[in-house]
Amino acid sequence: MATILQLNEAIREFVRDGDTLALEGFTHLIPFAAGHEIIRQQRRNLTLIRMTPDLIYDQLIGAGCAAKLVFSWGGNPGVGSLHRLRDAVENNWPAPLEIEEHAHAGMAAAYAAGASGLPFGVLRGYLGTDLPKYNSKIKFIECPFTGEKLAAVPAHRPDVTVIHAQKADREGNVLIWGVVGVQKEAVLAANRSIITVEEIVDELAAPPNSVVLPSWVIGAVCQVKGGAFPSYAQGYYPRNNAFYKKWDGISRERESFQKWIERHVMGTKDFEGFRQSLEGATQYA
Amino acid sequence: MPEAAYTTDEMMTIAAARMIRNGATLFVGIGLPSAAANLARLTHAPETVLIYESGTIGTKPAVLPLSIGDGELAETAEAVVSVPEMFAYWLQGGRIDLGFLGAAQIDRFANINTTVIGDYRKPSTRLPGAGGAPEIAASCKEVLITLRHNKRAFVNKLDFLTSSGHMEGGDSRARMKLPGKGPTAVITDLGILTPDPESRELTLTSVHSGVTTQKVVESTGWPLKVAAEVSTTALPTDTELRTLRDLNERTARAHAGQA
Repeated sequence: MATILQLNEAIREFVRDGDTLALEGFTHLIPFAAGHEIIRQQRRNLTLIRMTPDLIYDQLIGAGCAAKLVFSWGGNPGVGSLHRLRDAVENNWPAPLEIEEHAHAGMAAAYAAGASGLPFGVLRGYLGTDLPKYNSKIKFIECPFTGEKLAAVPAHRPDVTVIHAQKADREGNVLIWGVVGVQKEAVLAANRSIITVEEIVDELAAPPNSVVLPSWVIGAVCQVKGGAFPSYAQGYYPRNNAFYKKWDGISRERESFQKWIERHVMGTKDFEGFRQSLEGATQYA
Repeated sequence: MPEAAYTTDEMMTIAAARMIRNGATLFVGIGLPSAAANLARLTHAPETVLIYESGTIGTKPAVLPLSIGDGELAETAEAVVSVPEMFAYWLQGGRIDLGFLGAAQIDRFANINTTVIGDYRKPSTRLPGAGGAPEIAASCKEVLITLRHNKRAFVNKLDFLTSSGHMEGGDSRARMKLPGKGPTAVITDLGILTPDPESRELTLTSVHSGVTTQKVVESTGWPLKVAAEVSTTALPTDTELRTLRDLNERTARAHAGQA
């Protein structure tokens, strides 16, 4: 059964130095509040898995939490580069970052295999590309029935998966809708899981066939209103595209990035404090 | 229409949009492909089914999404599926007619690089990476590629092969048993290139108005093959330009909000 906890308690209890973590959410419902709490609690040496590292891993990498990144598309969508990710890869700052690089289809297959308890995922993919030359985990196998050459990737089995969702009930059952990405697979693939939600309600009122994660597959549920900002929560608030554009300037230089993290993340107690700090700043930088 | 009545980027987007057949199912990349796909939907191809890798099928966004999973896409979609389902059932299942990709580098056989410039382990520029592109390039029945035309992009040799085009040319793609036919056109801000039916080498078949063949050859990092007869791309129509500009203006307004 899921325990309903404060986010800082959940991170303290579930996330350890050296863990393999997946913070998922495909553009939608990105668990920024949880990412910030990991930065505040100064977890180190993490292996970070995520299809699209996005601003959340740019922040974790720049803040020195990560030793390795497993990913398939590392940009600021529609804006440009993730400057902290690039600085780590190109200049080893603030620390060297090991890279394990996939394509989306391979990452999706690896999560689905993890959720299924299978050792690997199989896909019609990677044919002709250079990715297998640089990622030894991408292998080719022959279909035992047709002889077709297919790609295989080992299952993702994170120590902890963290996602953000719209709603939980008081038992800790969680409902997600809209772009649901790989969140369900990522939670089921993990040993432990934390789900932050917009609200905790008496009745989930989930229509049949909804994406519902039952309480008994979840570790902790934490209510963090607005916890996906600057990404979005369908039915609650839109994606803050203006912030995604601003991040380009904040993150471009080490100094401006560090100032931003110190002031708005390290210098605040929780996500509500972060939002107030950000609103109080005349500029986000 | 006078020469300077439109920009080269507008010409590129309009030329790319014209390649989209009404009613096609279309797997759309973000950026230039997304603009062209939506322009096609708003002009000559209203029944086009736009699919984004975030899981949105049959989406009809009023403004261009900034990311591949903006709420606008989900709210206006006929169906929203999970990402594993999108890549397994819909893309690898062979249900998509047309994939539409951008690129940082392209070679003469329309293989593309979106991963790194320079050495993979010590890159001079780390690009975002593969995303959905390798399997879009492999599994869609056909692929369109759109990018700006210059020697940094049109290279003799890719620094990294992210997504397969026609491999080493000839029948090499078919021999690798990639399911789709591969790239059928590359639309740039200078003209249109299509693969030779035999060698599969990209060949200049159309230049945009005001662009010389010489200019395209000089902007390409290999000795570019030029068709015996190079046509001139039709000028943007008033409807195409007005629709594209309205779309871009709506988009800029929407993305500037909540700053």
